[in-house]
Amino acid sequence: MTPTPAFFISFYTLRDLFDNLIQSLGFGASFGWMAGLLAGISISFLIINVMVMSTAFYTWFERRMIGRFQVRRGPNRNGPFGILQPFADVLKLIMKEDTIPDAADKPVFTLAPIALLAPTLMIMIVIPFGTYASDQAFLSNLNIGILFIVGVTSVNSIAIFMAGWGSRNKYAILGSMRGAAMLISYEIPMALGITSVLLLSGSLAMTQIVQSQSIWFILVMPMGFFVFMAASTAEMSRTPFDQIEAESELGSGYNTEYSGIKFAVLFLAEFMAPIVTAAVVTTLFLGGSQGFDFLPGGIWFAIKMFVLIFLLLWVRSTWPRLRIDQIMGFAWKILFGLGLFNIFLVAVEFMVAVELGHTKDDGSLTTEYMLIMAAVNWMVTIIAFVILANFVGKKKYHRPEPTASPLANMGIGGD
Amino acid sequence: MSTIRTEPVTINLGPQHPSTHGVFRLRVTFDGEEIIDVEPVFGYLHRGTEKLAESRNYVQIVTLTDRMDYVASMSNNLAYVRTVEKLADIDVPERAQYIRVISVELQRIASHLMATGFLLNDLGALATPLVYCFRERERILDLFEMLCGARITLSYMRPGGVFQDAPADFWNSLNVLISDFPNYLDELESLITTNEIVLARTIGVGLLSDTQAVDSGVSGPVLRAASVKWDLRKANPYEIYDRVNFDIPIGNSGDTYDRYYVRLQEMRESIKIISQCIEQIEPGPVRTETPFFIRPPVGETYSSVEGPKGELGFYMVSDGGISPYRCKVRAPSFINLTPLKDMLTGWKMGDLIIILGSIDIVLGEVDR
Repeated sequence: MTPTPAFFISFYTLRDLFDNLIQSLGFGASFGWMAGLLAGISISFLIINVMVMSTAFYTWFERRMIGRFQVRRGPNRNGPFGILQPFADVLKLIMKEDTIPDAADKPVFTLAPIALLAPTLMIMIVIPFGTYASDQAFLSNLNIGILFIVGVTSVNSIAIFMAGWGSRNKYAILGSMRGAAMLISYEIPMALGITSVLLLSGSLAMTQIVQSQSIWFILVMPMGFFVFMAASTAEMSRTPFDQIEAESELGSGYNTEYSGIKFAVLFLAEFMAPIVTAAVVTTLFLGGSQGFDFLPGGIWFAIKMFVLIFLLLWVRSTWPRLRIDQIMGFAWKILFGLGLFNIFLVAVEFMVAVELGHTKDDGSLTTEYMLIMAAVNWMVTIIAFVILANFVGKKKYHRPEPTASPLANMGIGGD
Repeated sequence: MSTIRTEPVTINLGPQHPSTHGVFRLRVTFDGEEIIDVEPVFGYLHRGTEKLAESRNYVQIVTLTDRMDYVASMSNNLAYVRTVEKLADIDVPERAQYIRVISVELQRIASHLMATGFLLNDLGALATPLVYCFRERERILDLFEMLCGARITLSYMRPGGVFQDAPADFWNSLNVLISDFPNYLDELESLITTNEIVLARTIGVGLLSDTQAVDSGVSGPVLRAASVKWDLRKANPYEIYDRVNFDIPIGNSGDTYDRYYVRLQEMRESIKIISQCIEQIEPGPVRTETPFFIRPPVGETYSSVEGPKGELGFYMVSDGGISPYRCKVRAPSFINLTPLKDMLTGWKMGDLIIILGSIDIVLGEVDR
């Protein structure tokens, strides 16, 4: 087991710290609960602030990068390289009037941004950022960590529906109706992608999932990675699945009526989603904090997150949007099937491993067998994608040589 | 078990909406996401161009035409000055005709770039293809700036020729642009033409059959995408179009993809036309001397050119005075909206936006 580094901060170390402090100040054991409370508050303070600040810089990074993709410069006025742009944005939004439409359902309208932001932040509770022993984690080592994530992200669809319904705006309702349909549909492929991870790791705890990845799961089951990435892109409603906002269709979708700080919070949640998703994907598929020894695990985690965030950003800045029925069809006809197929494949391979005795003492697979699995699964994935692309996709669309209509050629049809 | 009661919902799409290309308003009735009724409402950008023309003299009206289809001022200029020349029987020097053709073909490319870019923007591509299109359009606008000092509202043409000869460095820049442009288009195509999502969104969407297209009087790329080979540059050659070789690209089925692809091919044809013009053009005068106030004889005339959006025609009546008695514009954007209801009904919200985008309307021209 990896030794705990010296600067290790977690809920447990903090609790011990506060416990000692309380004891040394002369309070009795009856104040023991206070240590836990103080530790929880301080670690939540830390998480919320780190997440909000990183989201702020992420918005700057995204705008800079999209600027580069779009042959322009992006924000470059406030501070060096425009790095203070997010603060300027937030200041502007805070100073704006916080309008609530007369016809709006005011409590729902007000609660929606919080309901959207809270679950996004809560996911960070179970993410193992650094190198931890299996019984420790940053905030909490939930033994149902991944289940917690699946449960908490489902709140998103309610929050978006609250925002749309509470606004009493037709565009907002259209956006949130799409959102409700789409987010619920994509929960399923997402859960299927997670299930295949669980088959191999044999545990729901995030730290355990990281430790079981002697070979990264992206190498072992690329199909599961694809299914999960596609589903989570839809879950955070970014292009090509950004039906909920769909600027060119619905104006701004579910957040049409929001302004001021409420809008800022909605956008905070929205831009936090890629970071959180990248953290989850890093944990599930990229071996979490695993890396080489010259850098601490937390840095490796950040690097992997960064690569994933860039990938999401790249997709966002390049692709157009799918239509709502195509998005639903993609979830139910393709991702659902691929997810099930992936589970089937992994399960069969796992069964064969058990039959042939390729398991370690704790029931997990040996590294050699995982390499064999990786080879097989990559081949199967590539074949499956080629078949899908040829049968479902329109890449092979050829314009047949057009024939001029006989209606109005005015003698120029022949030349 | 009783079913849930549903009712259609009517939404005002516009006049302020990101994707109506201006201040176009559509009252759309949706059944869920599906369109069951469409009612376009026009006139939010009505500036009374036709009436204003009755109180301006013939040269002043050129500036009014700039403001109609404001992404294709050159074509408007050409359509107008050709009508005046026909009305007042003014000859145009050959060099002026070449320069006119070069500039309207450049304008056609610029306009089609706008159309393609905004179609992709409507598809939800977060402005990336749009910015690529604009980067190339900028270079064309730079050329226009060399020609006449303006970039958008050009007023470059005059009855009897063009305002001034092209400066010497214009030809160098034009040659560079012509040699670069096919690569530009290839780059754009590699981003769009075989993009899986673009194909899924546009193929078979917003069908307009050839019969329907001809019956509704649409023209331009929308008509040609419906496989009708009709182009005024070939059917009724004006200026020097009979001296250059070019094809008329047509589509197969008249869907949104065809309308995009026809525009893309037309840009390539325009490049062909311009390079032939550069070879053929010879030195000479660029403007026939006309009186300060043109007084055409009493009469009426109609003349039209193939603008980027379709047949752009001017019908003018002269009473012998210094300004026209009546000036009527056949605006292609406006007439191309005729089959809108048939094209939209039954499609979904997302399709509405791209079908409207593929018709490529400019509200300055629709409302005039």
